[in-house]
Amino acid sequence: MGSYIPSTKQERQGMLETIGLRTMDDLYADVPASVRLKRLPDAPDGLSELEVVQKMTAMAERNHVFKTILRGAGAYDHYIPAIVDSVTSKEEFSTTYTPYQAEISQGVLQSIFEYQTMICELTGMDVSNASVYDGASAAAEAVMMSVDRKRTKVFSAASVHPDVLATIKTYCWAKDLELHLIPEADGLVDMDALKEALTIETACVYIQQPNFLGLIENASAIGQAVHGAGAKFIMGVNPISLGIMHSPRESGADIAVGEGQPLGLPLSFGGPYLGFMATTKAMMRMMPGRIVGQTRDSRGQRAFVLTLQAREQHIRREKASSNICSNQALCAMRASVYLVAVGPQGLRKAAQLCYSKAHYLAEELCKLPGFKLIYDGAFFNEFVTTLPLPAEKIENALMNRDILAGLPVNEGMLWCVTEKVSKEKLDETVQTIRGVYTK
Amino acid sequence: MNLIFELSQPGHGTEYFPQSDVPEIALPENLLRKSALRLPEVSEVDVSRHYSRLSKQAFGVNSGFYPLGSCTMKYNPRVNERIAALPGFSAVHPLQPADTVKGCREVMDQAKELLCAVTGMDGMTLQPAAGAHGEFVGMLLIKKYFDKRGQQHRKKMLVPDAAHGTNPASAVMAGFDVVNIPSCENGCVDIDALKAALDDNIAGLMLTNPNTVGLFDPNILEITQLVHAAGGLCYYDGANLNAIMGRVRPGDMGFDVVHLNLHKTFSTPHGGGGPGSGPVGCKQALIAFLPHSRMYEPDASEDSIGQVRAFYGNFAIVVRALSYIFSLGADGMREASETAVLNANYLMHQVAKYFPLAFDTICMHEFILTLEKVKQDKGVSALDVAKALLDEGMHPPTMYFPLIVHEALMLEPTETESRDTLDEAAEAFKRISETINSNPERLHESPVTTPIGRPDEVAAARNPVLRYQYE
Repeated sequence: MGSYIPSTKQERQGMLETIGLRTMDDLYADVPASVRLKRLPDAPDGLSELEVVQKMTAMAERNHVFKTILRGAGAYDHYIPAIVDSVTSKEEFSTTYTPYQAEISQGVLQSIFEYQTMICELTGMDVSNASVYDGASAAAEAVMMSVDRKRTKVFSAASVHPDVLATIKTYCWAKDLELHLIPEADGLVDMDALKEALTIETACVYIQQPNFLGLIENASAIGQAVHGAGAKFIMGVNPISLGIMHSPRESGADIAVGEGQPLGLPLSFGGPYLGFMATTKAMMRMMPGRIVGQTRDSRGQRAFVLTLQAREQHIRREKASSNICSNQALCAMRASVYLVAVGPQGLRKAAQLCYSKAHYLAEELCKLPGFKLIYDGAFFNEFVTTLPLPAEKIENALMNRDILAGLPVNEGMLWCVTEKVSKEKLDETVQTIRGVYTK
Repeated sequence: MNLIFELSQPGHGTEYFPQSDVPEIALPENLLRKSALRLPEVSEVDVSRHYSRLSKQAFGVNSGFYPLGSCTMKYNPRVNERIAALPGFSAVHPLQPADTVKGCREVMDQAKELLCAVTGMDGMTLQPAAGAHGEFVGMLLIKKYFDKRGQQHRKKMLVPDAAHGTNPASAVMAGFDVVNIPSCENGCVDIDALKAALDDNIAGLMLTNPNTVGLFDPNILEITQLVHAAGGLCYYDGANLNAIMGRVRPGDMGFDVVHLNLHKTFSTPHGGGGPGSGPVGCKQALIAFLPHSRMYEPDASEDSIGQVRAFYGNFAIVVRALSYIFSLGADGMREASETAVLNANYLMHQVAKYFPLAFDTICMHEFILTLEKVKQDKGVSALDVAKALLDEGMHPPTMYFPLIVHEALMLEPTETESRDTLDEAAEAFKRISETINSNPERLHESPVTTPIGRPDEVAAARNPVLRYQYE
């Protein structure tokens, strides 16, 4: 049996006697007799470390790890520099708690301050928090920030990630808020429908850039319309795209959120990921989550502390801006190390590679009979093609080459290309699909 | 210490990405980023050294004793890190075809089953990303339950004044009206106050047991019966589960919904404030309302509360927790809890020689000192003692919680500490108590051995500087 207890049974018996007790049962005298357990039912016996490794490895091997991944839809297979793992596996970072004791936590606090700065730089916003659970919950929290007594109607573009929409829906239902969808026209936010929908009761409009179908929304125009109605404009953005694409601030966003997973986080079957959130100075005090600020210590040195805590649950309880406390600190550190390592040149290059390679695959796929892009709009690194062949046939044929195909959506297929996929693999993908026609 | 931005030099950096092997295509002019992208430009060696310097100014469970009450800072077994990093777990896309992720499903199914066994629940979701996220989900299950029964008027959520701050905040996020109920002097539920608060508008009660002062509420069965008799449901905040594994289960105590913190009880690392994981368990009557995920649970109930995040939860954290449960097994979990409780009682016994206890009775996995009198007599606060402990090389206890104890220091040693470590900690308290008697002023100056002295938190909040400003 594995045990991480650094004392023997005899030592523990001695400790019991030191405090004047005889058995472990004496410690649990307050537990009503009728519900006391003798042993945990339905739980196995313990195992040695080697046995656990073997058991878990066997389970890991029952998953298939694709050599090439052409599927995104909210989780992206980007290259992760080795330095990211090496830094974030340091036990001082991974095993520490939320940095309540600033005097022994400057390392963690400073790294969060640096993270906040880089998120502000990426998004163009004024202030960032220390992270939220993931991109979907970040969007939902941003929606909650925008609602007030007079403005209670929430709008989301229909073209956002379905999980994000589902999450916003749950948070709205929780607070009995109305959620309305702005329909899409040719894969993009329908501007006429948007303008018609906005009223003085509109709290906010959430859009995703690029949207779920990979298309680049006309964010500035949407932002102008939203502001024209006095509502808040929330943008969910892909952080890698910000290496070359206009920032949320440039598009007029009041709150920028997004899934930070592309910044150095492994796919890990969907989590843990990283929600990032940044906003304007005006909305700073409505923001949920931890925030680190700079100050001075008693010796006059620069120092960092958790700050603006008057927003938070442990002070405000039922009046808090959110219940969030533990967030995704180590994931935020991964994003920080990633951004610091690749730097501005690297991020631009990664973004440019994604863009060029996705366009290459789109062009090559569209040379196949019956394949074409379903939507005309500009895209970043995801796009939807028609499917002249059954999705399953394409998926299976590519799987035989150890390639994960795009995701079947809307009677088409949503493809994603990152910098990791070589031209050779893209060509192989097209060739493989070509082979399906003749079968 | 320099900020990474202060180390930046134009042109420095490391090549991580290849030259393009496809024709380069330019983004249309109107979509291009116009503002500068001011990320640091540093070589990898500088990145490595920067973070090594930062790591020396961080204190983990590996660094020393960490009796941070209510946070369960137990040792995080290294093997779980290795297992979570296996490519079969870490390189799997969440939207892969079902027959390519059988192992992931197995992990999730087994974790759910075993967590149900530990808590005495019938159903479990792994979706919530943290304890507070789990509380929110738990509240939504209760909201849905009353919606489906046509009892939307049940809006009152009872929360003891000793509760964690997340409890009332979570209830409000789910649309409930929080009714604070006073606790008895010993932090247990005041049965008369509870009875007085129960009426037809009650949705439920949120409770931690062992409670937030570290005591097991002996009236727990009566409490849950009273809430049920009034038509309400009982919510169990699993923050303190580390005291009772294999000894008693929330489900058997009468709770209907429970959230767990895998990053507390089940040894996954805290990461400086996440990622955690906050699974939620429930009784049969609530299973239909559990969150669903588009791909993993396509047949989810129509009555599900929906999703609270993308995909299925913090999977890699669940992997670690499952490995831990396999390591310990049924007997190991019980032994862990017993030892956590024993260690707390032993440390309490030793420290009580030097500082007054808030409750002088057998505790569960944590206990509270109150420095109210020390502050009156000597002018030394709980904060001063906490800062003095930094100079002793240990992480201080939780300060000023729960709110019902004045000048509180809450200690939770966990089971992964030896008798020697506990004795050394007691010696540190002894030395501080001697200083309080001989030279109390000195404690206002502590800590003196740390990289920084006490920071000016008031200035930080008054004049927020929340990012580096480029010249």
